Amino acid sequence: MSMPAPITERGAFVPTPYRVIAARRELGDTVTLNIAPQAGALPAILPGQFNMLYVPGVGEAAISLSGATEAAFIHTIRDVGAISHALTRLPPGASLGLRGPFGTAWPVAETQGRDVLIVAGGLGLAPLRPAIRHLLAHRERYGKLSLLIGARTPPDILYPHEIAQWRANLDLYVAVTMDRADAMWHGHVGVVPLLLPRADFDPANTAALICGPEVMMRATAQALLGMAVPAERIHLSLERNMKCAIGLCGHCQFGAAFICKDGPVMRYDRIAPALAVREL
Amino acid sequence: MQQATAAIRVLAPEALQDLISALAATRVVLGPVRRDGAIVYDEISRLDDLPAGWTDRQEAGQYRLEPRTDAALFGYAVGPHSWKQFLLPPREVLFTTRQTADGLDFLPPPAEERTYAFIGVRACELAAIAVQDKVLRDGPYADTAYAARRENAFIVAVNCGTAAPTCFCASMNTGPKAAAGYDIALTELLDGRHEFLAEAGSEAGEALLAALPSRPASAGDLAAAEAVTVNTAAAQTRALNTENLPAQLAAAANHPHWQEVAQRCLSCGNCTMVCPTCFCTTVADHTDLTTADAQRVRSWDSCFTLDFSYLHGGSVRQSTAARYRQWLTHKLSTWVEQFGTMGCVGCGRCITWCPTGIDLVAEATALREAQNGNS
Amino acid sequence: METLERVIGTQRVFAELAPEHLAVLTGCARNHRFTAGQYLCREGLPANEFFIIRQGRAALEIAPPARHAVVLETLGPGDVAGASWLIPPYRWSADIRAVETTLALGIDAACLRSKCETDHDFGYAMMKCFLPMLVQSLNAARLQVLDVYAGPYY
Repeated sequence: MSMPAPITERGAFVPTPYRVIAARRELGDTVTLNIAPQAGALPAILPGQFNMLYVPGVGEAAISLSGATEAAFIHTIRDVGAISHALTRLPPGASLGLRGPFGTAWPVAETQGRDVLIVAGGLGLAPLRPAIRHLLAHRERYGKLSLLIGARTPPDILYPHEIAQWRANLDLYVAVTMDRADAMWHGHVGVVPLLLPRADFDPANTAALICGPEVMMRATAQALLGMAVPAERIHLSLERNMKCAIGLCGHCQFGAAFICKDGPVMRYDRIAPALAVREL
Repeated sequence: MQQATAAIRVLAPEALQDLISALAATRVVLGPVRRDGAIVYDEISRLDDLPAGWTDRQEAGQYRLEPRTDAALFGYAVGPHSWKQFLLPPREVLFTTRQTADGLDFLPPPAEERTYAFIGVRACELAAIAVQDKVLRDGPYADTAYAARRENAFIVAVNCGTAAPTCFCASMNTGPKAAAGYDIALTELLDGRHEFLAEAGSEAGEALLAALPSRPASAGDLAAAEAVTVNTAAAQTRALNTENLPAQLAAAANHPHWQEVAQRCLSCGNCTMVCPTCFCTTVADHTDLTTADAQRVRSWDSCFTLDFSYLHGGSVRQSTAARYRQWLTHKLSTWVEQFGTMGCVGCGRCITWCPTGIDLVAEATALREAQNGNS
Repeated sequence: METLERVIGTQRVFAELAPEHLAVLTGCARNHRFTAGQYLCREGLPANEFFIIRQGRAALEIAPPARHAVVLETLGPGDVAGASWLIPPYRWSADIRAVETTLALGIDAACLRSKCETDHDFGYAMMKCFLPMLVQSLNAARLQVLDVYAGPYY
């Protein structure tokens, strides 16, 4: 499911001016920005979509939406390169450019009536958060909900306060596991696919939404196949180099798919052959 | 089709000067010129600007000009340029950022005032323009600047009277005769005379053609013109068998043949620069230190660069084999899935301009045969 | 023993086991209760008995000198604790510590190995129970070694 982003008459390459209205440090290298248009209304978003955020003179980067309020987009950004570095240093009041939202969404409508399994690895929780919020806001429409979260070490857990709130919700199974921890950590240790047998879901009637490092998503999808979850109901959010976000620059090609417009959220049965090819 | 129609005319070579002059009144007229040992596309104003009496000799990795024994104006195949450089410029400002009291303002560049007339567009090049239309104009998001340039361009096609050994348009069903997408199509008649058969493909073309000194075409003229392209097609020595090729290349992703090509490929990107359908671009940002204004500039990119697939931490396509595979598979396989057409029009430029003479036709055929178990 | 047999039959690892094999297996099994901090096994000691966690949580640890023990994996209901009993020298390669009160089934390793030797059909059934668990564990360990969240490289 996708919808074309609103394009101004000035063309698909020209951003709209936005302003940072709040900035919060989440982790050592990760910041969440709330950004609002300098003028005009906030475009509608679907969970799983992304925006192109532009820092004048530095460049533009594709950043997943990790939420939205009435007035602002929420982006959680990890400092991994020149553009994301500049974005993570923007103070409240700073200006930036935005194009979007772009891309396909988590299938929150199509999965109604099913058990939904959400598997997040590291920062992969950020693009899943709008879907989690949607599922909880419409809890009655879904079967059993499970949220399985993997992180590197306990201090690397993203959104710990919101996870605590989700945990308090008796209608949602939440499990958090660490790749590494010492005996001071009392929760799960082990990679996130190991949590799958502990979650309660009916494989034949389950949709899985997975986001995290590609290797983690591939391993999780394989484990789900082993549990007889149908491949067409396993959804991954992929990442590739993106310059234009509208299928015109060629950079994000992944086999025949353009991740910017055919993704980022893609069905596993459609991409499994491409995932098996190295350097594609 | 032995019957002459009023819309088909015969022109003397001198009438092309009238054509150029009429178009130059409102447009930048671009056509083939001889420069730096090649036939390239540039601004023309006079008939004399065309490379009369010259032809090209092309082979894998080779290109040179030679004089002809006649005064043909279009007696050569395609050179290193294509019309892409005018419709999708190699460098283009996307917008300028201004700091204002309110924050930021992003200003698109002023609308293009120039409109183009292309003289001497070959059938394969028309096909390439149609391919780029699908990519850049007809998808969910359009490159509006491209669409405007494209909309306003006047196209004078030339049906090919000569085929280079690198040409394989006949096997791609894209030439050597222009089928559609032109305002006027010319066929140069050199059968003991020097005339042009001219056919209008649009109302604008018909109007312009009517204003040129000409005579109606006879059945003999039509037959002579038909013979030109039939002979040119017959003269083509390269052919790509495209039947089931997309599926076969898709299935060959892990074939060792890619490694073999990679031993010859320099990853220089020449093939992508000369390819008339390659559309990939990158962007760069420039800051004016005195005004704090910034400019975002788009330029041609190549999937043969390491940076092309860069993903924080490294590039996805590290090896030359992976980059060559991306290019060839995109052209001949995934393009079909993406845009309903192949990304190759059989112009042969990538073969001629490859410094090591890598032949797309030969490599695609080798991969097909390897998939068939015939290797 | 009927109760124990039923409990064993409900374990994930034995889900596909035929009734007659379940009865043989039950002959080697008994119940355990570990309080938090108690060890199910200790690295280097003989692996005479392995466990299937029924309730609670246990941590598989290796303790370097002068450092906190490193937890490699936590085990919960349905998980098999320990594989060292399968191959010589039949000694534990890590510690397993109950993190909270943990109920477990203990299977006598020598008893099970000898029953596998005498009845190869039973042995094959046991292999089909334990092999998937071992392969999953191996795959998980490989993924863990990659440290996928350490850098933006995966």
